Amino acid sequence: MTPNQLMFAIFSAVIIIFSILTVTSRRILRAATFLLFVLVATGGLYFLLRFNYLAAIQLTLYAGGIVVMIIFSILLTSHIAEKLEAPDLKKIIPALFAAAGGALITIATILQHKFPVEVIAGSNRTDIREIAKSLISTEKFGYALPFEVISILLLAAMVGAIILAKKRKD
Amino acid sequence: MNFSIYDFTSFTQWIDKFLYDNLPAFWAVAVEMVIIGLLVLVFYAMVGLFLVYAERKVCAFMQNRIGPNRVGPYGFFQTIADLFKLLMKELVYIKNADKLLFNIAPFIVIIASFMAIAAIPFAKGLHAIDFDIGILYVIAVSSLGVVGILLAGWSSNNKYSLIGAMRSGAQIVSYELSVGLSLVTIIILAGTMQFSAIVEGQANGWFIFKGHIPAFIAFIIFLISSTAETNRGPFDLAEAESELTAGFHTEYSGIKFAFFFLAEYMNMFIVASIAATVFLGGWMPFHVGGWQGFNHIMDFIPPFVWYIGKTFFIIWVMMWFKWTFPRLRIDQLLTLEWKYLLPINLVNILIMAFIVLMGWHF
Repeated sequence: MTPNQLMFAIFSAVIIIFSILTVTSRRILRAATFLLFVLVATGGLYFLLRFNYLAAIQLTLYAGGIVVMIIFSILLTSHIAEKLEAPDLKKIIPALFAAAGGALITIATILQHKFPVEVIAGSNRTDIREIAKSLISTEKFGYALPFEVISILLLAAMVGAIILAKKRKD
Repeated sequence: MNFSIYDFTSFTQWIDKFLYDNLPAFWAVAVEMVIIGLLVLVFYAMVGLFLVYAERKVCAFMQNRIGPNRVGPYGFFQTIADLFKLLMKELVYIKNADKLLFNIAPFIVIIASFMAIAAIPFAKGLHAIDFDIGILYVIAVSSLGVVGILLAGWSSNNKYSLIGAMRSGAQIVSYELSVGLSLVTIIILAGTMQFSAIVEGQANGWFIFKGHIPAFIAFIIFLISSTAETNRGPFDLAEAESELTAGFHTEYSGIKFAFFFLAEYMNMFIVASIAATVFLGGWMPFHVGGWQGFNHIMDFIPPFVWYIGKTFFIIWVMMWFKWTFPRLRIDQLLTLEWKYLLPINLVNILIMAFIVLMGWHF
C-alpha cells in the first residue's frame, strides 16, 4: 500500500462515516460540525490529487464560508437543549429506499465506466493563470458568459437580501 | 545568493535521500512526516511560550512597569512555570454543555493554526510544503479557526460565551475579506501565489518599496485587519473581560484554555510572518537593486535571522496596538471594515493593477 492509497482510504472513511453521522445526528450543531469534517476531508482528497487550487477553494468556500454561515444561523436560532425529533418509520423506510436507489445508480455507473488512464506531463499542477484566463475568455473553453450570468445572479440575491432585511417605513 | 552555508535545500535533500536509500518508500514518507510534525510542534510550543512572555514584558513596558521578573533571569521562565500550572489545573466538567463539541472546539482552533504554519517559509529550503497556491492555502486554512470559536461559544451553554462567539464570528468573517484583498494587491505585483517565488521576487527590493503607495496602503490594511482577525486588542471585543468575563472561552479551564490561548498567540505569529514574507521580503535580506556591495554585506546575516527579526518587529507593532488603543464597539468595528477598509482596498487593487500594467513598479 502506498502512502497515497493509505491517505485515500483515511479520507474516504472520514467522508463516509461523517456523512452518515451528519444525517443521523439529532443535535443540529453537531450535524453541522460533522458536515464540516466531510467537507475538509473532501478538500484533502483534492490535495491528494495535487489539485491544490480546488482544494484551497473547497476549504475557503465550503468549510470556511458556508459551514460558518450555517453555524452562525444555528447560533442565532436554536438553543443547546433542543433535540430534533426522531423520524417515524413511515419516513425512514422511503428515505432508505431513496438513498439505496441513488447509491445503486451511482455505483453501477462508476463500475461500468472505464476510466482511461493516461498521464499528461505537467498536468498535476493547477496553473492559476490558466484558470483566470479561461474565466474571462470568450473563445472555446472560455467561461466569460457563465461568469457574468453568475455575477448578475449574485447581484440580484444581494439586492433581495438587502430589501428583505431593510426596515419597513410604515 | 553565494552563501550556500545559509541554504537549507541541500541539507533537507540530503536527509530525504538518506531516508529513501535506507527505508522502503512508505516508511521514508512516514518518517519524514513525523520529523516535520515534531519540528513544527516544538517550534510552535517554543514560539507560543516566548510570545506570552514577550506580550507581558511589552505590556509592562507600555504601562511603565517591570513585568515578570522573579522566575529565572528577567522572569524569562515565567511562562514555563505558567505552562506547568495550566497542565496541572483541573479540567472543569460542565454539566449542561454539549460535551462532544465542547471538547472538539479547542482542537479545531489549534489544528487550523497548525495547518497554516506548514506553508510558511522560514529560510531558504526550510519550508515544509511549498504550494503553488501558498497564500490562498494559508487564507483557506486560517478561515477554519473561526468554526472552533463559534462551537466553543455555543456548546458552553453560557450567555457570555455565546455573545463572545457571535461577536468574534462577525468580526473574523468580515475582516477575512480585507486580509484576502490586501494580499491580492501583492499577488498582482508578484504575479504568483507561491511563497518561495514571492520571496525570490523580492531579491532586488521588498514589495512594500517596489509597489509604491498601493503596496504601503495594502500593508497598513493587512496590519489592521489581521489584528482584527486574530481577535487581538483593540479588536478584542469577543473576549472583552469587562463586559463578557472572557468571551467564548469563559467555561474552559486548564489545558483546554491553554489551547485557545496558545492558538491566539500562534495566529498572531502566523499573520506576522505572512506580513513579513509578503510585504517585507520574508527571509530575503535587505537588498537595494544595483548596490552590489551593500547587498553583499547584507547577505552575511543569515536568512532565518532576517525572517525572525521582521516577524517579531510586526508582532511588536501588533502588541503596541493592543496596549495603546481603546477597544472598539461592535458597530464601530463593522463600520471600519465595511465602510472604510473594504472600499479603500478595492480601489487600491485597481491602482495596483494599473501600475503593474503600465510597468511603473521597480
